[in-house]
Amino acid sequence: MSIIKEKTKKSKNIKRIDIATYKQLVWWKFKRHFMALLGLGVIAIFLIISIFAEFLSPYTPHLRDPVYIGGPPMRIHFFDKNGKFYIRPFVYSYKTKRDPTTLRLIPSIDENKRLPVRFFVNGAKYKLWAIFPLNIHLFDVQKGFVHLFGTDELGRDVFSRCLYATRSSLSVGLIGVIFTFVLGLIMGGIAGFIGGTIDNIIMRLIEFIRSLPEIPLWLGLSASLPRDWSALKVYFAITIILSLISWTNLARRVRSKLLALREEDFIISAKLAGCSRGRIISRHLLPSFSSYIIVDITISFPWMILGETSLSFLGLGLREPAVSYGVLLYSAQNILALAHMPWLLIPGIFVVIAVIAFNFIGDGLRDAADPYSKM
Amino acid sequence: MLELVIKRIIYTIFTLFFVSIVSFIIIQLPPGDYADSYAARRHTAGEIITEEEVESLRQRFGLDKPIYIQYTNWIWGVVRGDFGMSLEYKRPVAEVIAERLPLTLLLAFTTLAFIYSVALVIGIYSAVNQYSIGDHSFTVIGYIGLATPNFLLALILMYIGHKWFGQSVGGLFSQEFMEAAWSWARLKDFLSHLWVPVLVLGTAGTAFQIRTMRAVLLDELNKMYVTAARATGLSEFKILIKYPVRIALNPIISTLGWELTRVISGAPIVGVVLSLPDTGPLFLKALLDQDIYLAGVMILIYCALVIIGTLVSDVLLIILDPRIRYEKIE
Repeated sequence: MSIIKEKTKKSKNIKRIDIATYKQLVWWKFKRHFMALLGLGVIAIFLIISIFAEFLSPYTPHLRDPVYIGGPPMRIHFFDKNGKFYIRPFVYSYKTKRDPTTLRLIPSIDENKRLPVRFFVNGAKYKLWAIFPLNIHLFDVQKGFVHLFGTDELGRDVFSRCLYATRSSLSVGLIGVIFTFVLGLIMGGIAGFIGGTIDNIIMRLIEFIRSLPEIPLWLGLSASLPRDWSALKVYFAITIILSLISWTNLARRVRSKLLALREEDFIISAKLAGCSRGRIISRHLLPSFSSYIIVDITISFPWMILGETSLSFLGLGLREPAVSYGVLLYSAQNILALAHMPWLLIPGIFVVIAVIAFNFIGDGLRDAADPYSKM
Repeated sequence: MLELVIKRIIYTIFTLFFVSIVSFIIIQLPPGDYADSYAARRHTAGEIITEEEVESLRQRFGLDKPIYIQYTNWIWGVVRGDFGMSLEYKRPVAEVIAERLPLTLLLAFTTLAFIYSVALVIGIYSAVNQYSIGDHSFTVIGYIGLATPNFLLALILMYIGHKWFGQSVGGLFSQEFMEAAWSWARLKDFLSHLWVPVLVLGTAGTAFQIRTMRAVLLDELNKMYVTAARATGLSEFKILIKYPVRIALNPIISTLGWELTRVISGAPIVGVVLSLPDTGPLFLKALLDQDIYLAGVMILIYCALVIIGTLVSDVLLIILDPRIRYEKIE
């Protein structure tokens, strides 16, 4: 009786930390990084944007506003020019004028006419996720257009285009990361598990690839894609090109971990228990360093986005009618367009925010991946 | 040590050989050859070009031979300093590149100097004044610098230059100095333009090196030998410069080759965006026109620069840090 009592008494003294699972430990440690949490929140928003791009954007990326061409971002107002307050936000209507000196058509704000912003309105038809035919949009104005980020030289809504671009740029990153993951795992796995000459060859190959300047190689490879390929084909080709160079980091990590763990007691006992090679790798080896793989993947994600953006910006990556950050920035290439329409750089802000957010998450994860240190 | 250096050099030569193969493969990847794309371009220009003409073009440039013979011819030429003819410019590739390569090199080395001088100073400052306002703001700037693609930074600088200074920041010379001979005025004009590409190319690297310097120095500052030095009554500045900074320099120097890779790698894009008269626009145009010898040699040069740079930095590290041994650990 007394022994049992003593035991329950002891168990009360056990701290939460001693019985926490690995996942809990990682999460606790990750939570302590404020910036990492912030990054996670930002990426969540980017994900929501890319999943619901059609719904969140008022227009399709190729719809042209014939009146508002190269127009600046519109401001959302609550007070009109007489200081009268409206509960429903509105934008001013606009007209086109001809610039008296350059004779260029420029849109101008007409402060006499208000266009109230309405929410959950029916607009252009689209298929959400290519399945559900819908026409509901988060916001729009009646009898006119609302351009939060202005329009480009063809009168297309930059805000809508940014949202669509988020989807393709993020998915290029995602697919590229998946390719990287598969390649890195296979090559690193072979090198680490077989060893010997093959290990040597793979390691030399990795050193070789890492010693090359990546952007000239990317440029060379993407310039060699046939011009008549469809947008989808180019899209996949670009992701493969991006991952052809980035798999080396992961492969090195996998190999070194495999080598280090091969002699561990739990692997030897698994061997003695008669586990097959495949089972040892998939059930015992991989889970024991999956956290490091996740960290490496998170870190390589922003490089994918930057790579795609740079390639498309130079006209060697994705091309119209595809919409990605790089494609959007392509039209901001010459200084004249930039001088007249600086808002064309807005997609660049998206890129920077996404990359910073991923870097923050990566930093937090790197620390959290080994939760047993200094806890 | 000498043995180590020689080993490294032999290894470098092998790497260069493989790089030449890779460059050649990349430029051979596109379907069709130069003769085809030349014919297509003449065709769209409205000219009539016969099959025989295409064939003779092919023979003239040796495009009809099997690929390994083309490669052998090409690499044999490269070794002797004959890089072949640029199909687009109708001039020897060596000549076309020689006009522009010095600028690329100058840009790369100026950028490297910029990266290390700025990063060392700020890194030391941030480590010594950890968690100060300055440290925090450099951290924030560093994060943004790492996340901003080079070309975006170039675009922003171009816009700012245009908007507020009424000056075009593209190119490396003002209009009146474009074709002028070198003079003091031209040099001054050149330097006033040079900072833009240097800043664009160097920001990410600087941000990275500041982080490295700060982290390594923070580790070193807490070590016993610093306390010992302090106990002998040396001034704080002397303690810092003589001991921990010297040790913290090693990881920085070991990244020299890697940093060079990044600078050379980023150079083409910056060259294109800022329309510099360096190899960047040349390279991009060669790729787009399928001017294979020019594009191939450019890829080869970019890679060779990086590989030789890495070799130099490795040798430097071996000389500077006698603790480094490349022997196998059994």
